[in-house]
Formats: sequence, C-alpha cells, structure tokens
Amino acid sequence: MVWYMAQRIFSSLVTLFVVAAIIFVATEVLPGDVATALLGREATPKRLAAVRAQLQLDRPAHERYWDWLYTFVHGDWGNSLARPQQAIYPLIRERLRNTLWLSGLAATVGIAISLVLGVLAGLRRNQWFDILVSVVSLIGMSLPEFVIGSLLMLLFGVVWALLPAVTIVNPQASFNDMLPSMILPAITLVIVMVAYILRMVRSSVIDVAQSEYVHMAYLKGVPSQRVVWYHILPNALIPTINAIALTVAWLIGGVVVVETVFNFPGIGRLLTSAVSDRDLPLVQAVGLVGAFFYIAINICADVATLWLTPRLRTRYWQVSDAS
Amino acid sequence: MQADTPLRATYPKWKHRFSLSAWAGIVLLLLHLLMALCAPWLAPYSPTAIDPDGAYQSPSFTHVFGTDRYGRDIFSRVMYGGQVALVISVISAVLSVLIGGALGIGVAFVGGFIDETIMRVIDAMISIPSILLLLVIVTGLGTGTAVIIFAMVLSYMPGVVRVIRATALEYVPRDFVLAARMRGERARHIVWVELWPNVLEVVLVEFAMRASWIVLAVSGLSFLGFGVNPPTPDWGLMVNENRAVLVLSPWGTIFPMIAVATLVVSLNVVSDEIARMFGVDRGVRR
Amino acid sequence: MNKSLLTVDNLTIGFPNTHQTLTHVVRNVSMQVQAGARIGIVGESGCGKSTLAQALLGAIRGSGVRVDGTVTYAGESIFALPADRLQRLRGAEIALVPQNAGQSLAPHHTVFQQIAEVLDIHLRVRGDEAWRRTVALLTEMRVHNPEHVARRYPHQLSGGQQQRVALAMALAGQPKVLVLDEPTTGLDVTTQAALLALLNDLTHDARMAMVLVSHDLGIIAHTCQHIVVMYAGEIVETGHTEQVFRQPHHPYTQGLIAAMPQITTARLPHAMPGQVWSGASSQQCAFRERCAWAQPMCATAPVLEFVETTHAVRCHRWQDVLTARAECDQAEESHQAHLTPKQDDAIPVLELRQVSASYQQPAWRWWVRTPAKLVVTQVDIAVHRGQTCAVVGESGSGKSTLARVVTGLHQPLHGGVYLAQDLLSTEVSRRHQAERRRIQLVFQNPDLSLNPQHTVSEILYRPQAVFFGRTRAEAHPHTVAMLQHMRLDESYLARLPRQLSGGEKQRVAIARAFLADPEVVVCDEVVSALDVSVQAALLRLLVEIQQLRGTAYLFISHDLAVVRAIAHTVVVLFAGQVCEQGPTESVFARPSHPYTMMLLSAVLTVPQRDFQSPLVHHLDAGAVSAGGCPLRQRCPIALPQKCADVEPPWQQSAEGHVFRCHHSPQVLAEYRNQLFLPATERSMP
Repeated sequence: MVWYMAQRIFSSLVTLFVVAAIIFVATEVLPGDVATALLGREATPKRLAAVRAQLQLDRPAHERYWDWLYTFVHGDWGNSLARPQQAIYPLIRERLRNTLWLSGLAATVGIAISLVLGVLAGLRRNQWFDILVSVVSLIGMSLPEFVIGSLLMLLFGVVWALLPAVTIVNPQASFNDMLPSMILPAITLVIVMVAYILRMVRSSVIDVAQSEYVHMAYLKGVPSQRVVWYHILPNALIPTINAIALTVAWLIGGVVVVETVFNFPGIGRLLTSAVSDRDLPLVQAVGLVGAFFYIAINICADVATLWLTPRLRTRYWQVSDAS
Repeated sequence: MQADTPLRATYPKWKHRFSLSAWAGIVLLLLHLLMALCAPWLAPYSPTAIDPDGAYQSPSFTHVFGTDRYGRDIFSRVMYGGQVALVISVISAVLSVLIGGALGIGVAFVGGFIDETIMRVIDAMISIPSILLLLVIVTGLGTGTAVIIFAMVLSYMPGVVRVIRATALEYVPRDFVLAARMRGERARHIVWVELWPNVLEVVLVEFAMRASWIVLAVSGLSFLGFGVNPPTPDWGLMVNENRAVLVLSPWGTIFPMIAVATLVVSLNVVSDEIARMFGVDRGVRR
Repeated sequence: MNKSLLTVDNLTIGFPNTHQTLTHVVRNVSMQVQAGARIGIVGESGCGKSTLAQALLGAIRGSGVRVDGTVTYAGESIFALPADRLQRLRGAEIALVPQNAGQSLAPHHTVFQQIAEVLDIHLRVRGDEAWRRTVALLTEMRVHNPEHVARRYPHQLSGGQQQRVALAMALAGQPKVLVLDEPTTGLDVTTQAALLALLNDLTHDARMAMVLVSHDLGIIAHTCQHIVVMYAGEIVETGHTEQVFRQPHHPYTQGLIAAMPQITTARLPHAMPGQVWSGASSQQCAFRERCAWAQPMCATAPVLEFVETTHAVRCHRWQDVLTARAECDQAEESHQAHLTPKQDDAIPVLELRQVSASYQQPAWRWWVRTPAKLVVTQVDIAVHRGQTCAVVGESGSGKSTLARVVTGLHQPLHGGVYLAQDLLSTEVSRRHQAERRRIQLVFQNPDLSLNPQHTVSEILYRPQAVFFGRTRAEAHPHTVAMLQHMRLDESYLARLPRQLSGGEKQRVAIARAFLADPEVVVCDEVVSALDVSVQAALLRLLVEIQQLRGTAYLFISHDLAVVRAIAHTVVVLFAGQVCEQGPTESVFARPSHPYTMMLLSAVLTVPQRDFQSPLVHHLDAGAVSAGGCPLRQRCPIALPQKCADVEPPWQQSAEGHVFRCHHSPQVLAEYRNQLFLPATERSMP
C-alpha cells in the first residue's frame, strides 16, 4: 500500500512537471516577441525593456523554465506584472481561501444531494422518479454555468429580491460575512455538479444491481434492504469516488465563470482579470495552483478507491496463499 | 457453453427504434443546423448593423427577438451566433476525435515504452482543468476563432485518446489480431482494417459528446470575453454584453441562453441515443 | 413413495422477443423432487435447463416474462409468495449453486462474511459460532486450509476453491433441496471429479434432495439417480439414469449418447443433423426437423407418455426407435479405420525439439521484477503427415503456450520448431510467407478469433489475398467451395459473426485456416466451447479433411475422450513437462505415468465403465515448485526424497510409449491394476 502511494506520488510529480512545462510553453514560448504581444498597444520602448528585463527574455526557454520552477517551489512567486507592487503569493492565498470556502460548500451539498438522488434513481430505474431526475440532470448538464447563474441571479436577486445579486464584498472578509454572497454561486455550482455526478452514480447503481453477485445475494435469501446496503451500494459507490473527485477538483479551476457572473472575489475572478491584463506571472501561478489541487485530489481519490476495493487492495499486500 | 445457440433474430443496427425523446433531440439539432446554415438567407438583418435609436426594443414583428444595446437585431445575431458556435464546435470536435482516435489506436497497438510515455503526457494534459488550459492558452496566443479551435482541441483531445485507447486495448489482444499477425499482415493493415472498424462506434459517440461540451466551453469562454472578437456574434458574448441591463431588457440575454441550452440539450440527447444504439458503455468516468 | 418436496406442474416460461411475441424457453415441464432424490437435468445450450433451475427458486431474470403453471414447495406456489416468504425460502429450504462461482460470489466480502451472511439470516447464528460453522463447512467441502481460505476474498481463490465456497454457502442454510447449475463449468477434469465425488458423498444420506443441471451426460451418469432430458424447452425423456442410458427411447437421447466420444474406443462420435430448434411453432414435435424417424404423424406434438413406471418419453415412434437401436449397436465398431497410422512418411512434418518457454515482463519495465517461470520445459514432439498428435493437460500445463510457440507468436527460451526439417524463425514476422502459410492455427473461441466487423466473405478472402495474391473475383469460387465443404451455403458470405451460431463461427474459423492450404493445423481447444452434438459434427469434419488432404494436426485439448477419438499419438503435459507420450491407444489403455492414470480415472463416461473413483485427496494441494518431479505434491506414490530432488528419467514402456518416472514399470503396472480394478462394490448413485 505504501509502495503504491509512493508510486503515485512520484508519477504525479512527473505529471506536475509536465503540466508546468505546458503552462510555461503556452504562455512564454511563443512565436514572435512575448513582450510586444503582452503589451500590445501599450508598448513603449521603455516598457518593453522593463518587461523583457522582468521576464529575462534574453535567456533560452528551458533555462527560464527551470529558473521559474525553482523560485516557485521556494515560495517566491514574484510580483504581478500589471500591478508591480502586488506580490502574487499573498494575493493568491487570499483569493484561494475564498474559492475553497465556496467550493467546499458547493461540494458538500452537491455530493450529498447527488449521491442520494443518484442511488434512488438507480434503484427505481425507469420509474417516474428516475425519469424526472434524469430529465432534470440532462437540463443541468446542458445549460452553461453562466446561464444558470444569470437565471438564478434574475430569480433570487431581482424578481424575488431575497439574496444579493451582486457582491461587493471585501475579499478579506470572514466566512460568516461572506456567506450570504456565497449562496447563489454555490447553488449554481451545485446544480452543475449534481447533473454530472448523479448520472454517473445512477448508471453505476444500475450496473451493479444487474450483476451476477447481486442476483446471487437475492437467491441466497438476503432481504432486499440488506442487498441494497451491503451489496449494491458498496460496489456502486466506490468506483464513483474517482469521478466525484474529478468533478470536485474541477471546482477549483472551473469556478471561473461562476465567480465572474457573481463577481465573487475568488481565484477564478483573479484568473480572468489576469488574463485580460496579460499578467503572465499571475496566470502561470494560478494555473499551477489549479493543476496542483487537481492532481492532489486525484491522488487522494485513487488511494481511497484502492483501499476500499478488496480486489485492488490485495494486489499490493503480500498474500501468501496455498492455491 | 456457447455452442449452437438458437439464432435469435439479431436485427441490424439501422432498425434501431428511436425513443420519443431521441426524435425530439434529432429534430432540435436539425433545426439548429438549418438555422446556422441558412443564416445568410433567412436572417432579416445583418447581425452587425447598428441602430442607436432603436436600442432595447421588445420583440415585435420587425424585430422578432427585439434589439440589443446597439440596436442590433437579436434574432439575426442569434442565427449567426449559431453559425459561429457550430462551426467552431464541429471543427474542434472533428479534429479532437480524429487526432485523438488515431493516437489512441496507435498507442494501444504499439504498446510498450511509447505507450507509457505518451500516456504520461496525456495524463498531464488531462490534469489541467479545461478552463484553466483554455485561459492559459488565450493568455499566450490571444483571442480569435483559430486560437479557440486550437485551445479546444488541446483541451479535449487527451480525453478522447484515453477512451479510444481503452477501447482499442480490448481488441488488440484478441485472437483475430493474432490471426492477422500470423498471416504476416503489416501494422498498417492491422490498425486500419482490423482495429479501426471496431473502434468506430465509440469514436462516433465521443464525437457527439465532445461537440456538446465544446459548445458549452466556447460559450463560456466568450462570456468571459476571451472568445471570438466582437462584433462577431456569439451567444456567450451576447449574454455578457446584455447582462448589465438584465432587468430592463432581458431579451438580449434570454434568447441566446435559450439557443445555447437547446443546442446542447439536443447534442446530449443525440449522443446518448447513439451510445444506446451501439451499445457503447460510457462508463463512470468523465 | 416419498412425498414430493418440490413439484413443478406444467411450467411454461416465455420471454418477449423482437417479433412482439413470446419465445417459450420452458414448455409444459412437470416434475417432482422427492426428499433424497438426485435428479439430473441434461440438455444442450438453449434447451431451457438453466431457466428451469432458477425457476425452482422463483427467480426468473428479465422483464416482461410470462409464467404459466406452478412450482410448488411444501404446498405453496413459489411464484405467488410474498417477498418476505420468498426470501426466507431461498437459502433455507431451497438453495442454488450458481454456474460461475467467480462471478456470483461478492467481490467485496471475504468468504467468511458471505457464508456468515447466510448463517445470520437463516439460522440466526453469529460471531464465534458463525466462524466455527464456516470453518466446519469448508472442511466438509474438503477445502485445503479452511481458516486461511475463509479470510480470503473470492478473487484470490482458484476456480475449484470458488466452487466449493459456493457449495458451502448453499449448504450453510441447511436446505432441503439443492439445485446446481452446471457446477463444474471451467474446472479441470480432476477438480471436477473431486467435486462430483464430494457431491456424491454429501447427498448419500437421504435427507437432502439434489437437482443437477448440466450439458454433460457423464456428470449426470455419475451423480444422479434420475435423469430428465430436455430439448427446446420440453422434457423429451425421463427415467432412471441407468435405464435411460442402457435403453434410450427418444431419438434425441440416442443422438446425445452417440455424440459423446468414448475414452475406451476410437469411435468417431455421431452428429445429429440440423440445428437446435429456434422457437418455431409449438404444433409439431420440436425435434422433427432433425429426426431420422420423422413421419407425417409428427406434425402433431407428441405428449409425454409412460413406457414403464418411472420412464417417460415424448415421441410417437419410440417403439421403432428402440428396436432400431439394438441393430445399430452392432455397426458401431467399424469406424476405427481413420486411426490406422500410415507408414509412408518417416520424416515428421512438424517437430518440436527441446522447446522451453517462459513468460517475462518486457525488459524496459525495470521497476517490476518478477522471476521468469518456466511454462514449458524441454518438450519434444513429432507429428507426421496425415496424423493427429494431441497435447493434453489441465490448465497451467503449458499447452496453449506450445501452440503459440509453434506458430511463432511466442518466443521460446530454448529449442526450435522444425517444419519438414527446416528450422523456423521464432518470431512469426521473421518467417517466410510460405512458412507462415503452411502452419495455421484455429483458436478456441470464435467470438474472439473472428473480427466482429468483418463479413464471412471478408474473413475468408484475406488469407487467399495474402498467401496466393488472388483478387476477390478469383477467390470467390474457392471460398464458396470451402464453405460447402464446411456444410455452409453461399448465403453465409454476407453475414457478420454475430449472426452466426457458435458452431457455424467455428466452421468459418476452420475454413479460414484451410483456405491457406496448410500442411499443419494447430487446433487450440477448438471444440471445447461447443455443445456435444456440434462438437461431434466438427470432429468428423476435421477427420474428413485430414483424410482428404493429408494435413497434420497438433490437437490441443483437455478432453481425453475427444483425443481418443481423433488422435494417433498423444503427449501428456503437467506443469509444462512431458509426463508421457506415445500412441493414443496404448497410452490410454495402459498408462504408465501416475498423472496419466489420474487424468484417465477422472474421465466420466456413459455408460459407466468399471473404474474406481478418482484420487480425491491430493488435488488442491498447492503450487508446483521447481526441481525434481513436478507432480510430487500430488502423486500418491511419490518417493519423498527422490522425487523432490532428482528429475525423473525417461523410460520406455513395453507398449512403445515413453514416460518419465522414478518408479520401475513393474511398480507402476501394479499401481495401475490396483487403481483400475473392476468395481465390485461400486456404489450406484
């Protein structure tokens, strides 16, 4: 087991390297001059020189890459290009905190709802409940987040005036203060999440409910309730851990649109403003942070799945058996 | 024990009975295609024609969907926006699926070290949430249709590679591939004649699925302002532009929203139906 | 007569099909299961026996199923029971041992947890007592090291162990009726024999009734008192096992028995013409199209009539059938001609010299280091033109690996493959095209060996294009001729594999091999997945082609009776090493190696031979370790020191076959006579 975790962590580190390379290449290794492309119309010779100096564009790409990684890993994330006084690290930290609150809230509620609904729908396959749930899930999957967000804003913020539509919130506020403005974006995220996860849970439950060993459990005389809790659910839910984790990890980076709709001060908003400002270092930093979370959650999900699945678990434990 | 099982009538696939919802989806999709293709002839106005005095009009006979902030006809803009959305998503989906499919089969067939290395890179690419990757690319390359297509392909192609590789791997160890090797068939023959027809169904399903995701992603990207450049109409862009006046004049927001929603729903329904028709199990993974 | 525990009365089960009607999988089946009875239900694929088995527990899978008739247990109709009564019935009164234990055991529970579940639900036994009983059950099932096995998960067990666990689980609830659905599918011959012996012992006392469903007449013959023969959902004959086998009244029963290859003679089994009935009208006799005795009167379906007290037949013409059989028996012994060895060619067309092979991870995976295990060790085989050399062994014996080495799909560690004295390259892509053409391989499972997206015409065209450079127009007449040879007509050309039955697919695979005009055909378990009558037809076909073209076969199989029917020479493999090899007749009639004797004694035939029951004790004993004789842990006459350390030498027996053993021929002959005594007090089931 430990060996497996070590393997996974090692391979994830490799992945992280490659991701960093991709991010670096996408942003800095470009045809044409980076500095000119960055500054666009605001390019004056002085500013061009400043940008080039800051990015050390005279050095070869791979050297810059390792240099960048090195300083990054050591905690020096540099300063924002658009606002040279602003250090990147504390900025990201603050916004990340907000996004994590929002995502955490959305994830908890979302996973709970989708598990319950997915299981119920799968068990009552093709009955009215299942059909209703499937239709709702289809709609949730098909509407872009900004559509859902805008509609919610319209309904709750304007038509019914229950909740604040637009947040003008201090990015450093406490959780309780920020809570009212988190509700609508959280609901939006929940709707999208539930649409995906519910489908997967449902199809997993249907799959398992038709398997041979569940049929055998009925033939053994196991009562239906027990079959559901002890046979169907353990086998249906555990494979979904991975997919659920993927969706949750998506929340970290994918909140971009939702945060924009509701003007929520999170890392997504930060990214969009960084992109429109062509703030290279900031974009790179956010990209890496997002990827890091994605990978980390993936590892956790893999390890959890491994530990909970006897068939995979015993592959890594020393089993001496007389066969 | 299989043996001489009685021949149950195995109906050919084209006799597949489509459900009611599938027909609805197909019809909806065709409508969208029609609208996009015939935009130049059916649209009453040019999508970029400005009329500052006639801004924020409600739907009427002259402007079926009303006008937006600049007095542009929303109906025409929705039609042309559909063109943009479909062109980008179809091209991106086709490219993703072709490149991803070829790579997936190739890697599955060759196996070994090349397989492992390439899959590592693919895994790394999947590890970046697609929006992040899209934004990162946009930072580097700017906006515009070509960039969007490039970014979409880069985002969605790795997923296709994974799925196709997994499917191809089911067939590679099968005896008929061994039989082909025993005949001395070249690699090219095995990949194209033996493996590809078996993978085709999955490729079609993936194509439909990814097309729907790409439409969502394109509209999201445009909403953020990083998609197509204005004044080219795009649904996401339209929603963003008219968001501020949502209360006063919701038409500019509502109609593009409906357009996006219906297109994606129809794509999803159709892709589900294709998957059901071919018996392709889309599995639990995204 | 005992009171009937379980009564089936006119049961008819119909499933909805694609034509908006019902396909009746079970039709008008009536039977009675009394306490202590051992009933065998036999039939080929699609006859409805599995559906019937599950119906006995009130479980029919599928939607839109229509059930007529009743299944009554203790006076109550099972299909009318409310859910909680049904749940208490299953496992505690009637229990099922499923066909594929590996898939039917819960993958997330240990063996103990699964058995304890039954104990908990039905007997209210928990905790330590449950553990004690679980271990006791496993011990009773003759599982080696029961405490250890109880803590394992199903996927960590072998097939035989899994089946025993399933059996233990079924017995845990102390049911009165035990239903077994093909309990030995996929098990080795010796494991199967052990399991059946176990079953016999368990049901010896007259408390529990047993219903055994199988396609294998041999199994039924050895375990059941009463036999029910099913065809197309109906019971066509039923009666005492011994009686039915000695005097089958129904043409189908006769056909089944005639289609079984016998280990005692080299008789080619007879095939029944036609195919299994596929759901046509229920007006006529279901067997009519395949029946040699069919007459106009058979257009009305016959009813089940009793010819003696317990023997019933569903046939209009059973009297004629009975008389005809007596005459037919005489004409049987003449078909051994196909096995007389030809003396002309002294040079073998295919030779394996000192071939050893192993499986290893590819070199670049440096982080996975598994030691290379020899799968095949120093095998020498010679096959002559027009002859069949069979390679027999159980799973893990390395016989499939041999097939791959011969065809160049797997590289041997040592040794070489010679085609007419020319050394062949070890890798198929490096061989000459002519060499590739001359050795062909037919695989076991035609679902995997035929490309599901290619039509038959495409499949049969490829080898001709590759080996002879023919265009499609040129190839067409050859293709059609070959199809006719295989008894398939031209309409098959446009079909896809999924539109063919199992036997037809295998014929296409064989046709594909022969279209290359090979000199050697390697048959890797080609008839193992087929029903017995289909198997018989295919075997006849293979022999026919061999006599016509002089092709040599390397025939790999685990089924000794089939080997006896068509092989001139046989090689017996165990754990990758040759135990014994020589002419089939002498090896099977007077085996010299203990393993060959074990294999032979485990073969079940119909009617029963005068052999004692097989060696059950040493079968799950453990993995084979290197050095010395590989059989030593399972061999009842192993010498502790010698057999463990020293490799056994080659010896030649008086009958002309060779074997490897430390014991002298006299000792072995004595052991053999001891083992194969005519049974004086053989217990009749």
